[in-house]
Amino acid sequence: MAIHREHELHSRRIGRNLGLGLVLGAFVALVFGLTIVKVSNLDPAAAAPQVTGTAQ
Amino acid sequence: MSDSSVIDRGQEAEFGDFVQLLKPRVMSLVVFTAMVGLLVAPVPVHPFVAATSILFIALGGGASGALNMWYDADIDRVMRRTANRPIPAGRVSEGEALGLGLALSGFSCVMLGLAANWVAAAFLAFTIFFYVVVYTVWLKRTTPQNIVIGGAAGAFPPMIGWAVATGGVSVESVMMFALIFMWTPPHFWALALFMKDDYSKAGVPMLTVTHGRKVTRAHILAYTLLLAPVAIGTGFTAIGGPVYLVAAVLLSAGFIRGAWRIFRRDETMAEADRYLAERRFFRFSLAYLFLLFSALLGQAALRSLAIGGW
Repeated sequence: MAIHREHELHSRRIGRNLGLGLVLGAFVALVFGLTIVKVSNLDPAAAAPQVTGTAQ
Repeated sequence: MSDSSVIDRGQEAEFGDFVQLLKPRVMSLVVFTAMVGLLVAPVPVHPFVAATSILFIALGGGASGALNMWYDADIDRVMRRTANRPIPAGRVSEGEALGLGLALSGFSCVMLGLAANWVAAAFLAFTIFFYVVVYTVWLKRTTPQNIVIGGAAGAFPPMIGWAVATGGVSVESVMMFALIFMWTPPHFWALALFMKDDYSKAGVPMLTVTHGRKVTRAHILAYTLLLAPVAIGTGFTAIGGPVYLVAAVLLSAGFIRGAWRIFRRDETMAEADRYLAERRFFRFSLAYLFLLFSALLGQAALRSLAIGGW
């Protein structure tokens, strides 16, 4: 069976592939956003004792 | 076997077929109740964390939907209402549904744990386990009380939302659970009365088939009467308030009135007006739950403005 660069399968599955691509892209954006929130929202009250501990 | 035989199945699955596997309509209820559970909790959550948490709770619900469709494919093929679902229609294979369901289950729980906390993640994992193993595999085909037990799975989302915010369980979250738990049986039995799906052919022991329609009508009334004190009692907890209480009393009165009407009818009366009262009761049950949870949300909004709480 000859392998073509543009198999008919590619056009048939374009919707699925685009959909999956969008889902994966959205997931990357989501993890990135979550990372930003978690890093910038560290609880100052929880972090404070450590800071004083190292200072002494 | 040539590779073309693998590729050329009769119908190619579209992206939408995989979305269908996640039962988007059930998901919308999960999103709404989980959101209310999260927002009425006394602990504020960062909006982005809240949105992602609800997304992963919904995804976990979708995963259990896919696993349900994988296991119930044999039933779905027999019943008219479900014959066009992706697996019975031949667009998605059973293995694909199983794979998608398992992958999303693991994914959603781990991501909810990372985004919120591990109590909420454990809750979500238990919900998926309960819906798929306890309800779908074990009890759905063995007991006419299947709807009652299945309702517990649908009742967990507000508890998960509450756990996202507080990291635990409390009276308020248990009351929200009880609310949906008691609401599910009358809601589904009303549907079973007028849908007349061929459950007996599919081997599912629905109450309408095993105990008859008269008993089902009595069960609807009984659960509706038990639901009212739960709905009104929630008004006296920390998430309740005068606005919610008024809504709960009025809605419960309307719900009991509808259930009483169903109880008083027999099949000849129902056939005569094509199950009008049953259809109305079913539609009202959807509005009932939506308005009750909206009232909880409204009460929380008033509380944040320091008015209208207890």
